[in-house]
Amino acid sequence: MENIINIGVRSIFIDNMIFAYFLGMCSFLAISKKVKTAFGLGIAVIFVIGITVPINWMIQNYLLIPGSFAWLGPEYASMDLGFLQFIVFISVIAAITQLTEMAVEKFSPALYGTLGIFLPLIAVNCSVLGAALFMVGRPYNLAEATTFGIGSGIGWMLAIVALAGVREKMKYSNVPAPLRGLGITFILVGLMSLGFLSFLGFTL
Amino acid sequence: MSTEAEVVEKVEKKSEPLFSKKNRKLVSNPLDIDNPVTVQVLGICSALAVTTQMKPAFVMALGLTIVTASSNVAISLMRNTIPGRIRIIVQLAVVSLWVILVDQILKAYVYDVSKQLSVFVGLIITNCIVMGRLEAFAMGNKPWPSLLDGLGNGLGYGMILMTLAFFRELFGGGSIFGFKVFASLGIPYQGNGLLLLPAGACILLGVIIWVQRTLNGFREAH
Repeated sequence: MENIINIGVRSIFIDNMIFAYFLGMCSFLAISKKVKTAFGLGIAVIFVIGITVPINWMIQNYLLIPGSFAWLGPEYASMDLGFLQFIVFISVIAAITQLTEMAVEKFSPALYGTLGIFLPLIAVNCSVLGAALFMVGRPYNLAEATTFGIGSGIGWMLAIVALAGVREKMKYSNVPAPLRGLGITFILVGLMSLGFLSFLGFTL
Repeated sequence: MSTEAEVVEKVEKKSEPLFSKKNRKLVSNPLDIDNPVTVQVLGICSALAVTTQMKPAFVMALGLTIVTASSNVAISLMRNTIPGRIRIIVQLAVVSLWVILVDQILKAYVYDVSKQLSVFVGLIITNCIVMGRLEAFAMGNKPWPSLLDGLGNGLGYGMILMTLAFFRELFGGGSIFGFKVFASLGIPYQGNGLLLLPAGACILLGVIIWVQRTLNGFREAH
């Protein structure tokens, strides 16, 4: 239990998807102009990561690791489908994103209207595939992998909501013209990332 | 002006030459006013993550250029047969095939760099540059311009990547391509750890954008 809380806290604050790994930056920069939309997208990302990481964990451990087809007979024992990892993972993510989109459209048309085109874009959000690939590189079990997925999503949402808050205020400040927009946003993200460094070495 | 436009039209009608002005623009624009990283805001994740040293940055830029150019051509060849509704999945499948190829080649020939790049080779699949170019260009253009467009955007990305990596490795670690510059010149230099952190990369990229926009006059509406 302690281990799970530890992984959760680590993935939210210390190994934050944005500030430590820079994953999911494209939508992070593009959709952080308003707090409200940033929050909606954050929730959708938590949902998608939270579902795809455990599914990909099961695929990785029951289908893709060497020897996972040993039950079919001895001649299959050395079969290694590891090279299919990328294509399988991305298909799962694209399918779940599509499902999420359809579910949101059916059950909450209002939220669907607010999120609009951002929903399908989650499929190409690096943080989703990144979480799946990090999960493979670490010795997690299913519960830990799920916690890691949800934690990463929460960390991503925190980051995008925080940036959106600062950018809303920044409308009223006098930024040099060539630095306006993207340039100042990058410097801002750098400074926020420095702030998140203070969580370094923090364990439960 | 009008005569010029007519000339351009005529050139286009008789199956334009391979390196016409328009085609050359496809390669040169992404290097400057249409840069994928600093103007279109695509492919930021990997641009920040792999640039602590120049060698992995170079390999990454090369890999992305190959993937973008070849999947651009592949999608462009199939563009009339892909049903609109499932085009994202088709694009992802094509891109991941190329990425698997690049990944296997890297593992076979430059294993240490491939270890250093870790998940970021796999993340070329979701690199927005690749998807963005497929969606915006390859779906509506012939294979040859698509190839040039892919190459141009790969180079534009590579240019920013190398600039970032140059400053980060030189001032962060005191070396270029692993060669200890300051040590061999006999200058005692204490590496600036901030530049090696993700935060330093972000601030540096912000400054690069500032310089580039001051030079080419590109302004963003507030």
